[in-house]
Amino acid sequence: MSKEFDVIVIGAGPGGYVAAIRAAQLGLKTACIDAWVDSNNKPSPGGTCLNVGCIPSKAMIESSEMYEKAHHELASHGVKVSGVQLDLQTMLARKNQVVKDLTSGVSALFMANKITFFHGVGKLLAGKNVEFTAHGVQAAEILSGKNIIIATGSTPKAWPGAEFDHKLICDSTDALEFDEVPKRLGLIGAGVIALELGSVWRRLGSEVTLLKSRPGLLPDADPDVAAEAQKQFDAQGLKFVMGAKISKVEAKAKLVHVTYAGENGKEQTEKFDKLIVAVGRTPNSDVAAAEAGLKVNDRGFIEVDDYCRTNVPGVYAIGDVVRGPMLAHKASEEGVVVAEIIAGHKALPVDLATVPSVIYTHPEIAWVGKNEAELKKAGVNYNVGTFPFNANGRARALGNTVGFVKILADAKTDRILGVHIIGPQASESVAQAKIAMEFKASAEDLAMTMFAHPTLSEAVHEAALSVDGRAIHAVQKKKRK
Amino acid sequence: MSIEVKVPTFPESVADGTLVAWHKKPGEAVMRDEVIADVETDKVVFEIPAPQDGMLETIHVAVGATVLSGQLLATINASEGAMAKAVKPVAETSSSATEAQLAAPGTPPKVADDDKVMPAARKLISEHGLSAADIRGTGKDGRILKEDVQRHINGEGVSTVAMAVASGARSEKRVPMTRLRKTIATRLVDAQHTAAILTTFNEVNMQPVMDLRNQYKDLFEKKHGVRMGFMSFFVRAAVEALKRFPEINASIDGDDIVYHGYYDVGIAVGSPRGLVVPILRDAEDMSIADIESNIRDFGARAKDGKLSIEELTGGTFSITNGGVFGSLLSTPILNPPQSAILGMHKVEDRPIAENGQVVIRPMMYLALSYDHRIVDGKEAVQFLVTIKELVEDPARILLDI
Repeated sequence: MSKEFDVIVIGAGPGGYVAAIRAAQLGLKTACIDAWVDSNNKPSPGGTCLNVGCIPSKAMIESSEMYEKAHHELASHGVKVSGVQLDLQTMLARKNQVVKDLTSGVSALFMANKITFFHGVGKLLAGKNVEFTAHGVQAAEILSGKNIIIATGSTPKAWPGAEFDHKLICDSTDALEFDEVPKRLGLIGAGVIALELGSVWRRLGSEVTLLKSRPGLLPDADPDVAAEAQKQFDAQGLKFVMGAKISKVEAKAKLVHVTYAGENGKEQTEKFDKLIVAVGRTPNSDVAAAEAGLKVNDRGFIEVDDYCRTNVPGVYAIGDVVRGPMLAHKASEEGVVVAEIIAGHKALPVDLATVPSVIYTHPEIAWVGKNEAELKKAGVNYNVGTFPFNANGRARALGNTVGFVKILADAKTDRILGVHIIGPQASESVAQAKIAMEFKASAEDLAMTMFAHPTLSEAVHEAALSVDGRAIHAVQKKKRK
Repeated sequence: MSIEVKVPTFPESVADGTLVAWHKKPGEAVMRDEVIADVETDKVVFEIPAPQDGMLETIHVAVGATVLSGQLLATINASEGAMAKAVKPVAETSSSATEAQLAAPGTPPKVADDDKVMPAARKLISEHGLSAADIRGTGKDGRILKEDVQRHINGEGVSTVAMAVASGARSEKRVPMTRLRKTIATRLVDAQHTAAILTTFNEVNMQPVMDLRNQYKDLFEKKHGVRMGFMSFFVRAAVEALKRFPEINASIDGDDIVYHGYYDVGIAVGSPRGLVVPILRDAEDMSIADIESNIRDFGARAKDGKLSIEELTGGTFSITNGGVFGSLLSTPILNPPQSAILGMHKVEDRPIAENGQVVIRPMMYLALSYDHRIVDGKEAVQFLVTIKELVEDPARILLDI
């Protein structure tokens, strides 16, 4: 006899566990299948995000920044320290504890919401049946669901011809577990993950080289933001090889040899103690058996409509395994929408055009909506308002004055089209921009809103005022009428 | 010297109108005959011109408000001092003008606490003395955005973007009816309620008219500067038939039947604002070319909402052509107080029997809906047969047989 549910969620990452909790809240009999195991061979729900992505990387970012501050910054605040040492084992253990606290939190939420958790692998069969193979067990059982939500996420892509050996040629997961600081660290890729991980190990003492096959840093960011970021990273000592044509990646006894031609076209071989390959992620769309009839596109994404419905009625897919940015918050929102649709609510599709993006480098980079290059290309008339953090009182007090806020608004309607932030706590300030855009706010709406003083958020307020040429704490070229 | 700008006198059939746009702001200079506001009625948009040069002093009616004939819309100050002070429309609004506007009594911001209005929109509503209740919000949960108010002020509010809300595949959108749509709706239901509507059908072989057209269309176009269509033949045929069946050109007024001694034929024309029925006055005196060029002119002006009220009122009989949209057969609805309406349809090659042989002919179905209260079935059928015979043999129109 098969076990029957209203909803079976395959995957307990930020898409899947959120979908399961929302479905359960709405009174649906919900099951969630997840195969993730921790170092003790115990279930560890939370997916890439909690286990090896967003959360542990942020823990390492914070710790490595502490270390760097202790070295270089505390003295300027009048705090004298001496004999600063790195205890990498403690740093890693702390990070692991953060992960464990959060994953067990997910388990607790499952229990509290009466979600049946299946630890193992789920495979979608025909007729909305799911073949479940429990972790460490051979025999499979069949679960049947009125609705299925596929939330199987993605895995790091390997460099062609250089499979991960997880010792020298590493993925982003390995890069959070190095048991000593690599002297020379190479990264293939210069995207979000590469920049964050490269920054962590640079602060801890590595010489970091990022090899990027295409020219130009952060092509999806606003051009002004990308230029400022490049300037800051260069000053920090991150070495970039743009337009690198990598011909060979070879793991020798203790070193990785990477042969590449830089922009000058001259081929050279560089040796690294570790190489992190961060060139994107592949959707885990092999979740369905052929007879399930699920449509998968040639790039491996499960095909869905705006409401995350696959071609099979009653089967939904969310998060990294479908189109759109591979971001935890996007997956979570899709999970909520799908759970609500299943429960018969009128749900609106997730607005993929205003998914906030964040890069946890120093300075942080965050944006939502369109950037200036996109608006130019689309021929949209817009006004720009910018405000630098060096004119913001709180940033000054923090001693963290790099960067700016830039707001783009429609020239005719004043509707906010994009907000781009590089600077302290950009990840937090961008939420204000997203709230405004969620309400289709005009720049004037933000400008008319009172912000507490002194805060970093005031830079958002001033940038909104600056759209109309009336920022208070900056000299404006355009005079107010 | 203050000059009052009033709503012009509406025709009897028009009860009231809506002020849809102000083209000038208080404090701005206006020139004589320059359009300062638009008033939309059930049928047309009236452009309100400035009666004299001067400065627009006060606006008394907000965009979206209902206005009556003769109602005071605005005051223009025509003194020389005011004209000197007046802001040219291209110039930016000066601060003194803003003060004057704020100080003007009678325009408190009409935004209730529970109205869903974004902050900048609230400010703009207050500045323009508008009412939030009149503005359609397109923001989250129907919130009024700054751009909604801008659209409202610019008179673009009539065709606001509708928000789609969907649950799974089933989506729906809610759009308020325009005045024109509301009028159409009311009139159609009234027609159904008051008249005893019946429809009779026939069909017409279009071959003779098509032959005639093929033979003369170039010459016709060269001489008259207008293309030769089918509609004019039907208008001429209808006028001839109306002469023979006067009940169909009559209307009921209370307990009386009024027989009209003139033939004013309404031609239904699609426009972006909805269906309008401009009238060909004294169609019996019109040549085929007159009819064609008038219909063409109606179509062009209907598109711009430029038909006058006079052109849209009255009419003793109507013709509607669903064929241009591909309709094979339909039952038109009366345009009260008229007693009948002719429905034309699409021309289609069909096999028919002719002299015992099956032949292919370009055929068109005709429908005549009539008010059975004054038109008897026999007359209606014969009327339609007459039209059929005249169109199938256009020479009869000429010979009056």
